[in-house]
Amino acid sequence: MKPDFSIADNVLRLNLSGDYIDYDDETARRNLMTALAQNGLQTLEIDASSLRKWDSTLVVILFEAVGLAQKRNITVKWVQTPDNLQRLIALAFQVDRKPTQDVPVSKPLLETIGARTLLIWASISKGWNFMRQTANSIVRLCSDTAVMRRVDWLFALEECGYKAIGIVSLVSFMVGLILAFVGAIQLRNFGAQIYVASLVAIGMTRIMGAIMVGVVMAGRTGASYAATIGTMQVNEEIDALKTMGIPVTDFLVLPRISALTLTMPLLTMLADFMGIVGGAAVGVIMLGISAEEYVTYTLDALDMTNFLVGLFHGLIFGLIISLCGCYFGVFCGRNADSVGKATTQAVVSSIVWMIVATGIITWFFEAVGI
Amino acid sequence: MKQGDPQIIVKNLTIAYGDFVLLKDLDFTINKGDIFIIMGASGGGKSSLLRVLTGLVPAAKGQILIDGTDFTKASPAEREALMQRCGILYQSGALFSSMTLAENIALPLQQYTDYSQSLIDELVELKLALVGLKGFGEFYPSEISGGMKKRAGLARALALDPDIVYFDEPSAGLDPISSKLLDDLILDINHSLGTTIVVVTHELASIFDIGTNSIYLDTDIKGIGARGNPQDLLKNPPNENVAKFLTRGEK
Repeated sequence: MKPDFSIADNVLRLNLSGDYIDYDDETARRNLMTALAQNGLQTLEIDASSLRKWDSTLVVILFEAVGLAQKRNITVKWVQTPDNLQRLIALAFQVDRKPTQDVPVSKPLLETIGARTLLIWASISKGWNFMRQTANSIVRLCSDTAVMRRVDWLFALEECGYKAIGIVSLVSFMVGLILAFVGAIQLRNFGAQIYVASLVAIGMTRIMGAIMVGVVMAGRTGASYAATIGTMQVNEEIDALKTMGIPVTDFLVLPRISALTLTMPLLTMLADFMGIVGGAAVGVIMLGISAEEYVTYTLDALDMTNFLVGLFHGLIFGLIISLCGCYFGVFCGRNADSVGKATTQAVVSSIVWMIVATGIITWFFEAVGI
Repeated sequence: MKQGDPQIIVKNLTIAYGDFVLLKDLDFTINKGDIFIIMGASGGGKSSLLRVLTGLVPAAKGQILIDGTDFTKASPAEREALMQRCGILYQSGALFSSMTLAENIALPLQQYTDYSQSLIDELVELKLALVGLKGFGEFYPSEISGGMKKRAGLARALALDPDIVYFDEPSAGLDPISSKLLDDLILDINHSLGTTIVVVTHELASIFDIGTNSIYLDTDIKGIGARGNPQDLLKNPPNENVAKFLTRGEK
């Protein structure tokens, strides 16, 4: 049905008859509003004596019409309109008090720069304090006064240790495979494809093994640390720890940092091995190098310095990933969205800091001739 | 200190987040043995006040004297000593999800006492029994209901026999029966141990059932809109906001 209206003696009579279910007639609605906007109208009379079924699509029209009438000081008169329909319209006009909002004021450039600088300084100082508290916890751990439960440490060890073996093995195998493939394409031009073995062995042990483990563990364990601790923040568990006087870094950060820093070099060793196996698969199956030859060239290329440099990278990466994961978890907000953000920030920061650390370590080892 | 003596004195306390002042110049006293209600509309700063009282958030200005010691200026050691005398039940219970109920309750005992493990185990059993959870020690928080979690949280809050117990919205998310059960528990603890209880809530039934003294935080004035016994405030509300709040907006 269409809302039928007529105007006489400054009164707009709106006659609603029949069913208004899923009613969507933009033209009829516009005509009604245009009529209501006419000058001189004093009363809007809504006659629903013949109205049968209706839903929100009718309410929305009446809400708009009554709103316009109120704005133009037109009296609204209801004629045999169902009570529930009138109540709904009245309810829709009840607006709660809006919270007061600060009017954004554009600050002068110098003030903006100053405010940003203070913000950056505050976040540097927050990070520094967290590292200091963590260092204090490590000192307490060494003096056996830290509030760290052994079971939490074992659980963290299990999570970032043997449960990560599968994914680390798979990713490292694939990286070894890719490294061998890419190397073989160039080396084949010089008939030197046998050196694929050396390329993979040196590449994996020196840096690639550690980096791949770092990336996998940042996404797997670092994110899990941030999410777990962040959820504890949401559930007020961290507040409970603080008010009990138990240092958060002792109870939550220490088991995670010690477990991951300990397991990362071991996982790096595993990654080195699996990468070499991946390279061997390409060398033996695709390039036709004999297994004995591949092993011989690999062993020739392997040296302890590269191997230890890789393990050192793993150790540092473990520290970075666990610190980032725990930091963003501890300073997470108090809602689900914040936990998501904390997790993302933990992974992104871990990877960025790993790259920065790799640059520094590489430069340092280069400078000292390692 | 005897019952009725001032135990917590809040002087000129202002709570602010950056430039935004949430509550200003609060002055009130909580006496030993009181069940003190901090009430007010949602978003009025009740939980923020509790966070300041428990030292989780620093006050922008003012003093909180607990038995004469200024909590806001206390050294970490003094603060730790004061906090050991306080128990807190958080809105969600805040039990450590990776620990059983028994381990949750044992944690403050292990941290702050030199008790033997067997004594700690017995104390844990006692605290669980006090809140009606005898035999639930080996359960994890995820295995029990919301009401049980709150009671287990209360058992943990009571672990060190505190002088003061803070409750943040104890009835939130509970059915009426569990809520009443928790109120009765609060009364029992208060009557039998003489513990000072500070409850942040807007649950009218709880306010009238258990409250002996109260303050009403008024968002319009960012301060205390009324103070006194909740029943008295209901009979003689000092202003319209209090009247509306205590009668669910009917006056």
